[in-house]
Amino acid sequence: MKLRELAHSRTGDKGNTLNISVICYDARHYEHLRAVLTPERVKAHLGDVVRGNVMRYELPAIAAFNFVLGDALGGGVTRSLALDAHGKSLSSALMGLEVEAPVGG
Amino acid sequence: MTVTQHERVVRIGAGAGYSGDRIEPAVELAEHGALDYLVFECLAERTIAIAQQARSKDPELGYDPLLETRMHAVLPAASRNGVRIVSNMGAANPLAAARKTAEIARSLGLGGIRIAAITGDDVLDAVRSGDYRFEESGERVADYDTRLVSANAYLGAGAIVDALAAGAQIVLTGRVADPSLFVAPLIHEFGWRMDDWPTLGQATVIGHLLECAGQITGGYFADPGFKDVPALARLGFPIAEVGPDGAVVITKLAQAGGRVTEATCKEQLLYEIHDPRRYLQPDVVADFSAVHIEQEGPDRVRVSGGNGAPRTDTLKVSVAYFDGFIGEGQISYAGPGALARARLALDIVRERLALTGVQTHELRFDLIGVNALHGETLAAGSGEPYEVRARVTGRTASLAQAVRIGNEVETLYTNGPAGGGGVTKSAREVVAVQSVLLPREQVKPAFTMVEA
Repeated sequence: MKLRELAHSRTGDKGNTLNISVICYDARHYEHLRAVLTPERVKAHLGDVVRGNVMRYELPAIAAFNFVLGDALGGGVTRSLALDAHGKSLSSALMGLEVEAPVGG
Repeated sequence: MTVTQHERVVRIGAGAGYSGDRIEPAVELAEHGALDYLVFECLAERTIAIAQQARSKDPELGYDPLLETRMHAVLPAASRNGVRIVSNMGAANPLAAARKTAEIARSLGLGGIRIAAITGDDVLDAVRSGDYRFEESGERVADYDTRLVSANAYLGAGAIVDALAAGAQIVLTGRVADPSLFVAPLIHEFGWRMDDWPTLGQATVIGHLLECAGQITGGYFADPGFKDVPALARLGFPIAEVGPDGAVVITKLAQAGGRVTEATCKEQLLYEIHDPRRYLQPDVVADFSAVHIEQEGPDRVRVSGGNGAPRTDTLKVSVAYFDGFIGEGQISYAGPGALARARLALDIVRERLALTGVQTHELRFDLIGVNALHGETLAAGSGEPYEVRARVTGRTASLAQAVRIGNEVETLYTNGPAGGGGVTKSAREVVAVQSVLLPREQVKPAFTMVEA
């Protein structure tokens, strides 16, 4: 299934660094996503646009993760040549990631 | 902590989430929000540099270009209902913004209003003369000397609190950390200490949730079939109902469009933050990691658990500098073979730029509708689009070289693949931004009162 069916997301930018939140619709899926949605997997999925490291911060109190992606904005929004200089559309790229279905739905 | 009937509640609304934001939601809040404060966040990273360029041409300019429009729209209701206004619409010239606002107030028959201008964020001289390096690139700021446009420190709540205590009904700032625009009135109203870190951390949560206005009431959220939001054309802006210990309910006017849910609040909580345990702000190092979010009624969400640690000894400074030029051209293809013709178009422009000796530092070739947003890998296997738009953009040292990029796209009309249409081209000077950390003692925030 696509990650989009389990979680929602918003992208933010600061300088040349991007953050993408992943927020479970159902808090019961938090541990499942914690197991399958590793920073390595996110980095591999977004490989064309993220050149730097991917860090994952965990927020169990709201059943969410915050992924912080380095060197992801072509030098930063103020100088990037990209059409989407803020990288705002990248939350949708992550939502298209194929993930294993949680056991028990 | 529960906000009970007899506890005092301060009502703060957000009137703008960026410089060009909609005007009517702010008027609606000033009219019907029963607000104590209306806060307008209007200053993006680069906006102040653009404003600085305007000020260098005219010393009475350099404030937000929509300041007059917003003040004309909102002042009558704000004044009638006793709503105080805090905004960074002062941009590169808060004093001129205060004088202009006083003029507008008088023209509306609202004489006697006290307007404070916050200054001290302009630290260009200190940054220019000191030995600082950019956080991002590690380069010495001094090496950028002739290219520097502006340097502004992110001020905290302090000077705004002082201005409110001195009776300001409107406070206009330049660069201030966005959450501090909201934290300041709360400190003023509840008398919180400036070293009450847990409470300032919770206040920062409130400011962070509100600073992008409609982004917490259902704006930038809708995804039909998954996340539906009613009446986005009439999106209401948020209201925070804050109690004396920082307990807060986020809500909106019932008649306004949009919705406030746990999901909208969670998306905004994590917007533009990195480590949720250490969100560096001038007033506090805020900790969002234990924030609890709970729906308590329709369009009413309670947010608690924000925490904080002592503020750091430095302030972040955004330094803007001229960074060459960017030229761009686009052309569209559609129907059978559109993708192949668009790819051919890009190949031709690539060769033409080399043949004719256009000097570029960096070039980018996109197929809009295919790979421009997410790159080639994610685009692979998603089928051929009916329409595709070829885009060429490049970085150059001069405007003349930048113009030639768009021109080479335009010549595809008569020299390129069949059926190309809708050419656009542009060339612009780039003002880029990097940051440095400046010791606090180098920054001296202050306010000046102007009377309408």
